Amino acid sequence: MQITVADVEHIAKLARLTLGEDEKNLFAGQMGAILGYVEKLKELDTEGVVPTSHAVPMENAFREDTVRPSIGVKNALANAPAVAGSFYRVPKVIE
Amino acid sequence: MSISDFTIHELSSKLQNREISAVEAASEMLSHIEATNPKVNSFITVTPEQAIADATAADKHIAAGTASPLTGIPVAVKDIFLTEGIRTTCGSRILENFIPPYSATSWEKLKRQGVTLLGKLNQDEFAMGSSNESSAAGLCRNPWNTERIPGGSSGGSAAAIAARQATATLGTDTGGSIRQPASHCSCVGLKPTYGRVSRYGVIAYASSLDQVGPITRDVTDCSIMLAAIAGYDPKDSTSVDTPVPDYLAALGNGVKGMRIGLPKEYFIAGLHPDVQKSMDEAIAVYRGLGAEFVEVSLPHTDYAVATYYLIATAEASSNLARYEGVRFGHRSENAEGLIDMMTRSRSEGFGTEVKRRIMLGTYALSSGYYDAYYVKAQKARTLIMHDFIKTFADVDLLLTPVAPTPAFKIGEKVNDPLQMYLSDIFTIPVNLAGTCAMSLPAGFSADGLPIGLQLIGKPFGEEAVLRAGYAFEQATEWHTRKADI
Repeated sequence: MQITVADVEHIAKLARLTLGEDEKNLFAGQMGAILGYVEKLKELDTEGVVPTSHAVPMENAFREDTVRPSIGVKNALANAPAVAGSFYRVPKVIE
Repeated sequence: MSISDFTIHELSSKLQNREISAVEAASEMLSHIEATNPKVNSFITVTPEQAIADATAADKHIAAGTASPLTGIPVAVKDIFLTEGIRTTCGSRILENFIPPYSATSWEKLKRQGVTLLGKLNQDEFAMGSSNESSAAGLCRNPWNTERIPGGSSGGSAAAIAARQATATLGTDTGGSIRQPASHCSCVGLKPTYGRVSRYGVIAYASSLDQVGPITRDVTDCSIMLAAIAGYDPKDSTSVDTPVPDYLAALGNGVKGMRIGLPKEYFIAGLHPDVQKSMDEAIAVYRGLGAEFVEVSLPHTDYAVATYYLIATAEASSNLARYEGVRFGHRSENAEGLIDMMTRSRSEGFGTEVKRRIMLGTYALSSGYYDAYYVKAQKARTLIMHDFIKTFADVDLLLTPVAPTPAFKIGEKVNDPLQMYLSDIFTIPVNLAGTCAMSLPAGFSADGLPIGLQLIGKPFGEEAVLRAGYAFEQATEWHTRKADI
């Protein structure tokens, strides 16, 4: 299966990744080979087969909508690269 | 025999009898780690102060008569488990300085039993790999032959057992990441049924496949560890509320009359002759113990690797979206604007294999390809699951190799990801089907590399797997061999 450098650039943009020129070429070849291999699934007749999202035969796991103890603001912010008061600080979003 | 050679059950009785104190055990393990880790690199972080503090507390419990069978046992856990206050990197640069504010349930349960924490173990970055070569902390070596990979992704968890650096460890298994390294390092490794052990606080790779399990020296230890970590957890929405049986009680019941299936798709031409030989010998051992063998077929086996690498990468691309340099993890210093900051942070923080899998998963989920790749793989998964359900109507267990070859050489498959992926061919179907399986020592290749045997059980059939594993262990001596490190 053919994956071009342009395809790689498009997917990288969707995945929020920037790749070097070497990486783009490497991934184009390797993704082409891997996606070529998974083409074999096309051999399977899956007409009427129900997709499986996970193996546990269960429906939604609900709980009461009640307030429970949490880790708190201080702990939640402890690993943040930048904070301002009780908020995460990020670069300016709107010019 | 030194303290580092003991199993959990051996060390536990010596601790309870006061022949050894927990602090002595911890100190000896720490000095053994210091001596051997430069050769193996199984630890990302060693926690000596924590270990001595835990052991001191354990000695008090033993003195007070309030100890459990795990009190004072020196353990280490894969660096994928959140350990409150102790750095957790998941083998990635992006989490290089991450200190979790809470702990994984499975680790928390071990802690409550009074174990001693020796440290955090090496792994493939975000558990993506079969060789431990994608770790940002550097590769981990196989204690049986340091030119070989220990397996992955829980490479450090298996290597630490083989190098006698910990009495027991925890790993995770998404496509074979407990069983394959256990096989390559001659350990016992169990992947429990999906939903048996809580995934809460385990850094997510592919959430519908990830499962926590122990790596140990023998099957008795594996049962003790499973009993400690299994059970319902309301914090994991796919945790199953079904009683945890007494795993130890069933161990000695033998395999007489047990029906074991040999799936013909697992005994293929590409199997290494030494692996085939070990399987033949294991089958003979079980026949001698009174088990009955039948050939069975899992016809969709050949589609499992393709199915896995679409589902796992799709889930990974979604799970790893959380690393954006805002709430935790690496943030790029030289970004302009929010989107650029996120993109640069991710690109600087993730290694090549992680990027490759995010790219594959993003592709499989992208507009125009979703049905052709992702939904098609989910349907193939249904067919693979049904293969197991049908087969288990007729047999109690399945016996297969864990990996087609013994541990390969470091560097051998790094440049060919597809070949690396295909090495997981016998372990991946179990994750897709959500059932349980164990790897146990079953011999050595002509050049001295360990070979593992896989016993696959019915969903929530861990008791039968452990019982059959125990019977094999009693009849063989493979698990008693020691790596020379």
